[in-house]
Amino acid sequence: MTENKMTLTVDAISINVGFTRSVVAAFVSQLNPTVEEVGDIKTAVSEAITNCVVHAYSNNGGQAQIKVAVKGKIVEIEIVDYGQGIDDVAKAMQPFFTSSYCEERSGMGFTVMQAMMDTLDVTSSLGVGTTVKMTKKITSSVEV
Amino acid sequence: MEVISKREADKTVIYLLGELDNHNSAYARSKMDALLEDVGTNIVIFDLKLLSFMDSTGIGVLIGRYKKMKDTLQMFVRNPNKTIDKIFQMAGLYQVFSKV
Repeated sequence: MTENKMTLTVDAISINVGFTRSVVAAFVSQLNPTVEEVGDIKTAVSEAITNCVVHAYSNNGGQAQIKVAVKGKIVEIEIVDYGQGIDDVAKAMQPFFTSSYCEERSGMGFTVMQAMMDTLDVTSSLGVGTTVKMTKKITSSVEV
Repeated sequence: MEVISKREADKTVIYLLGELDNHNSAYARSKMDALLEDVGTNIVIFDLKLLSFMDSTGIGVLIGRYKKMKDTLQMFVRNPNKTIDKIFQMAGLYQVFSKV
């Protein structure tokens, strides 16, 4: 099985959300995914990085690390922040739950990640940070 | 991203162009509000043909516009790409923005 990986560290600021999802999409393109599969992965990454910007660091900046590995036809993505952490992960993952109602936030970030990817695992510690792990199988891919 | 409007008979079509995420949501929100305030028709269609990307930030932006204008406007959506269509379905957005 062919394996390849990359790590990217960015400032968790909103202008880097688009940059990060584009980098991940470019890396994943080696698996020949469909346009829809790339769209799904970009959306999930965008949600995770936006959470870092808005929730982990409350728009005050910080660092986010993005690790991507392709193993055969499987894409593994891990996004780590060192921000304030999530008090109750299960509650945060409920559809339409948001801690920022005044900003027109939908509270659908984790729900969208779950829908776009095959697996989603979130671990968090208050004052330490949050790690989001996601995987997706690229069904259309030709193994190289 | 950009937001423009065009009149189509008795409807106003608001085109969202580019990528809608947290970074440009404030601009999208204010531009859409300005266009909707001055719309001149009772029916508005959001055309997403040229919207290449939208994450859940877009859900909040669209629901926010719906809440502001629902008493005076009928709002519809058309031409979402497959990923955006998936987001609309999971968020129940088609219940307030019928697809035309």
